[in-house]
Amino acid sequence: MLLISCPNCGSRDETEFHYGGQAHVAYPENPNELTDREWAEYLFYRDNTKGAFAERWLHSTGCRQWFNMLRDTVTYEIQAVYPMGSPRPDAAGKVTADTGTASTAADSTTTGNASPDISGTSTSPTSISSTTAPEGATP
Amino acid sequence: MAETAAPATSAQKNLSLRVSPAAPLGAAFEAGSVQGVVELREVPFLTMVGLRVNRNSGAGERVASVTGGLPAGCGSVSGTGNTSVLWLGPEEFLVVAPTEAHESLGGDLIQALREALGGEAGQVVDLSANRTTFELTGPRARAVLEKGCSLDLHSRVLQAGTALSTEIGNIPAVLWKTGDESFRIFPRASFADFLGRWLLDSMREYASPEVP
Repeated sequence: MLLISCPNCGSRDETEFHYGGQAHVAYPENPNELTDREWAEYLFYRDNTKGAFAERWLHSTGCRQWFNMLRDTVTYEIQAVYPMGSPRPDAAGKVTADTGTASTAADSTTTGNASPDISGTSTSPTSISSTTAPEGATP
Repeated sequence: MAETAAPATSAQKNLSLRVSPAAPLGAAFEAGSVQGVVELREVPFLTMVGLRVNRNSGAGERVASVTGGLPAGCGSVSGTGNTSVLWLGPEEFLVVAPTEAHESLGGDLIQALREALGGEAGQVVDLSANRTTFELTGPRARAVLEKGCSLDLHSRVLQAGTALSTEIGNIPAVLWKTGDESFRIFPRASFADFLGRWLLDSMREYASPEVP
């Protein structure tokens, strides 16, 4: 069970939340000009990242608000919780350019060694997840 | 259905036909309550109003003057007299008032809220039939809830006068700690039967003498 820090309510069980898929997938500026393939890619193609992954979550049985979360898909470590609309922070909590499909994870499909290369995914203790509970969030 | 077709405007309506969501469990609640240990009852037909408004806007301030303030953050409850406002979200609140405050009984709460909101962005919706209210009281009330609620319910963390939207027995509900040993639980009407039975089951062990 994950313990997720809702920006409004503080730490709550994972069962109170709903997953909203990959974050930072922007709606195309001119959908009519897209080819079928580009439209299909917008609709259905998502990253399958091994490592830090930016995703959307909804606190459905709490404050019913959406937020973004940077989560390591291997270790489940929550590296950052940040509001909708703000750019993706890197694993250390700093803001990087929003490239939409960016992933700081090493491409595990090209590594020769069996063990996953986690050099690209900082699991340093500088993660800001522990500081995201707002002031006054009692629980 | 007859009432729907021809709504009565006076407070002289026949209210004996109303059935609250957990009414079929009324006798079971009485039988399952353990006097002085943990007691459960339904408080039917409270007036509830769903409120969506930005509390920092002009409309928010007008609405706050009707309800006696709007709560600022998660867990907080505000209000005056017997009208309480529970925080559900940054711009979402639940007003809980006695039955008589409902407009079908001559109350003017909902109309006053509507007028306070005016034409500005927001909502005032009569949700009286949306949820029912359970009142769980007694020294063991916290122990009963802890079987199905993952929040820290200890009084050093959860103070009296705190209301939280969470899960109890795997269903979404609003939990309001009204006193040191009393809780109000607001499940949706369709979950009332389930949660009522769940609470009864959870309370059952306290009817027997404690096993050392």
